[in-house]
Amino acid sequence: MKARIAFWNILLKDTRSYYLKPPNISWGIIFPLAWTGMFFIRSGQGLDSIIGLLPGVVAISVLFGTTSLLSVTITFEKKGRSFERLLLAPISLELLMLAKTTGAIIFGIINAFVPVIMAAFFADLSGVNWITLIPAIVLIAISSTFLGLFVAVSVSEVFEAQTFSNFIRFPMLFLCGLFFPIEQLPVFLKPLSYIMPLTYGADVLHFSFNNAGHMPLAFNFFILITFCAILFRMSLRNIRRNWIL
Amino acid sequence: MAAGAANIIEVSGLSKRFEEVQAVDGVDFNIFEGELFGFLGPNGAGKTTTINMLTGLARPDRGSIHIKAIDCSANPKAAQHLMGIVPDESNLYPELTGYDNLTFCGALYGMERRSRENRARQLLKQFGLADAANRKFAKYSKGMKRKLTIAAGIVHSPPILFLDEPTTGIDVASARQIRQLIYDLNAGGTTIFLTTHYIEEAERLCQRIAFIVSGKIVRLDTTGNLMRLTEGRHIVQFALSKDIPGLAGDIEKEFSGIKCQIAPGAAVRIESKNPILIGPFVKFMEDRGAEVSEARKIRPSLEDVFVEITGIESNAMKGEKEKKGGGK
Repeated sequence: MKARIAFWNILLKDTRSYYLKPPNISWGIIFPLAWTGMFFIRSGQGLDSIIGLLPGVVAISVLFGTTSLLSVTITFEKKGRSFERLLLAPISLELLMLAKTTGAIIFGIINAFVPVIMAAFFADLSGVNWITLIPAIVLIAISSTFLGLFVAVSVSEVFEAQTFSNFIRFPMLFLCGLFFPIEQLPVFLKPLSYIMPLTYGADVLHFSFNNAGHMPLAFNFFILITFCAILFRMSLRNIRRNWIL
Repeated sequence: MAAGAANIIEVSGLSKRFEEVQAVDGVDFNIFEGELFGFLGPNGAGKTTTINMLTGLARPDRGSIHIKAIDCSANPKAAQHLMGIVPDESNLYPELTGYDNLTFCGALYGMERRSRENRARQLLKQFGLADAANRKFAKYSKGMKRKLTIAAGIVHSPPILFLDEPTTGIDVASARQIRQLIYDLNAGGTTIFLTTHYIEEAERLCQRIAFIVSGKIVRLDTTGNLMRLTEGRHIVQFALSKDIPGLAGDIEKEFSGIKCQIAPGAAVRIESKNPILIGPFVKFMEDRGAEVSEARKIRPSLEDVFVEITGIESNAMKGEKEKKGGGK
């Protein structure tokens, strides 16, 4: 009961302080909109190309929506020492970090649906497999958030968090099979693709929107869940090792 | 503090090393329920590291910590619900108002909405911050920030309060208010662990004091017993018109059995185990070309005890105060 009160209030505070700020809301809408427009114009195939573009745009929206803010806010709170106040609260570290990440996960999921909702006005989405799409978006949001958390607890400065985030995000975008099929990547890059969680999320997105996945669905979901668990555990381990001296 | 009170905190053989620095080295002490316990030492003595180990922000390398009989060495989070912690630097949320900071801190300790809202209002009034309740914490003055940080530490009415340098770097009026608040909290039954490098503050507030130097407790006793060490010591301070180079050494050569120090502001401090006759000193100093404008008998203080026990000159502590912005 007491832990529930703490969890809910941490989530509420972060939502008010960070996620509901006008710049973030506009970022959440403008960013997916810009990417959709860019790929739409680039494809030159008219409205028919929209569904083909959705896996990439959805994945980008989730990835940037979750990682951008979380890695910066946690580093910021750590630097300003307000994170110490959370570490001193009588709640488990697991619950505390779940409370800190839930806001980012929800923000990422909402971001993912912005391009889907926009696409609904221009394309027929009746062929979309919602049963696989929704859990895929949720798992991509969780794994991306935990990746942001991992970045946040691995650095000490806000600018390091931003740099480190980009160092991971951009290669991931281009190697996960969203824009270039993994089969067509040079041999030395392929192993990199398979150690990135987004590769498996992107495959489910391709399946959900275009019925074009390459790997078994159950395998993709299993790997995504495994990535979530590993990233969360590693982040907690880093907090215990580096922040509780 | 009730006579014969039970131990609320028991610390044994506590040690912590950071790379080449032994921050805390085999520290032992007990704190009685309802006590105001002072932990006194210069910067880098190990005060904050000790607090961090007691509160679960640092892991001891060796030793045990029991808080209300809970073994915190095995599980540092087990006793966190019993503690309020006021760190040496305010660590509230700059983007939240004073009121929101307090209600949020109450929520972290599982307080229900109505009770944390009532408590926040009560504390803001008690700490003289009611008018600034809806102002963002970032806009508070240093003294107001300190007061709100203390209020946040006691929002859940903890039986034990850790105060790390509560009056460092704030103005005189705010420091006085905070000392009164600490006194009132302790009078209300809260056990307080106070670290400070303001010796007078510890002397005024604490029932027992531990001196920590280089990670080791060099003396732990009641304030009364520590003050008894000053009995039979006599100090007179002379205010001079100007500094006379080498005067202290000359006085010590001329008068046997005394200790002479040059104090800030062209003053000379003479200490002796026998009563000091002022006349010969005034004559000696005036013969050396200094005009004596004042001679004042000074009551030996805890600062003198600290200097004697630790061998650290009180000026070293004062220097730290000035660097941090005063507060006395």
